[in-house]
Amino acid sequence: MAYPPRHYLPGSAFGYPPPPDRPVQWYDEAAGPMVRPYALTKGRTRPGQPFDLIALVVTDIPDPAVLPVGPEAAAILRLCRGNALSVAEIAAELDLPLGVVRVLLGDLLDAEQIRVSRPVPPALLPHEHILQEVIHGLRAL
Amino acid sequence: MDSVRSDTDLALKILVAGGFGVGKTTLVGAVSEIRPLRTEEQLTAAGSQVDDLGGVERKTTTTVAMDFGRITIRDGLAVYLFGTPGQDRFWFLWDELAQGALGAVVLADTRRLTDCFPAVDFFEHRGIPFVVAVNRFDGTRAFGPEEVSRALDLDADTPVVLCDARERGSGKTVLINLVEHAGKVHAARVLARSGA
Repeated sequence: MAYPPRHYLPGSAFGYPPPPDRPVQWYDEAAGPMVRPYALTKGRTRPGQPFDLIALVVTDIPDPAVLPVGPEAAAILRLCRGNALSVAEIAAELDLPLGVVRVLLGDLLDAEQIRVSRPVPPALLPHEHILQEVIHGLRAL
Repeated sequence: MDSVRSDTDLALKILVAGGFGVGKTTLVGAVSEIRPLRTEEQLTAAGSQVDDLGGVERKTTTTVAMDFGRITIRDGLAVYLFGTPGQDRFWFLWDELAQGALGAVVLADTRRLTDCFPAVDFFEHRGIPFVVAVNRFDGTRAFGPEEVSRALDLDADTPVVLCDARERGSGKTVLINLVEHAGKVHAARVLARSGA
């Protein structure tokens, strides 16, 4: 289905601020700090396989200190011990960029130190009873 | 058993989009059970193509923040909310965020209605179910949902709800509207596929 692009309605009571004359500059302070985090991943920027933001990661390794893994990977294992956390949460908790966390997760998965449950593919997504459960759950909040 | 449970863990993704400063982080924070976490994504080659970084060519890596929150429905079923980056130059991130999303909330501010046009266009074109939630700011003129729907040129079945993004109850209502709408949209698609 084709949709026309949205447009201003002349004379409407809604606020339509005019578009800026030139693209808004948005970098340096507003863009956040520069990072050089890929030292943690030995220069790799892509994991062996994709990790969705909401893929859930869990491990049952009791003590990562005994494993030959770096401190960041050990921190991931501690966070996810018996407690499924999403990739996004792991990145936020460790204060590391997603790209870095994904590479580290790829290593952990290859070493079979974590299990990852993939999100449900969109085509299968809304089983009626699951959506009903979500609606009831939201009402009960 | 742990391993069995993790295999059946289910996570649903809902996006919260809209212009800069419209209340995305506020809405996520109002309904989330965790404090809004911010996660950062690398801006590398994909971003540099669309960036006008005149004079700062050496700066190839920066970060962009995304807010997100979580609502646990029950053990093994959680809804994750993602506030999409408000700046147009981070559109390349939207595609990843939108993958597999159950639906989206487009937050609108009637004083700056154009700010939500890109988000409405984006979800329409990708066929992602969405609702428009008009965040009522103090001291602004009240518009009815029909007026907003007309001004945004929405499909008649796209819900428009008025909300106060600071209020948990109001945010819940927005999300319930979205999940109900997404259910209808998906059911209609399943029907269309099986009928064809």
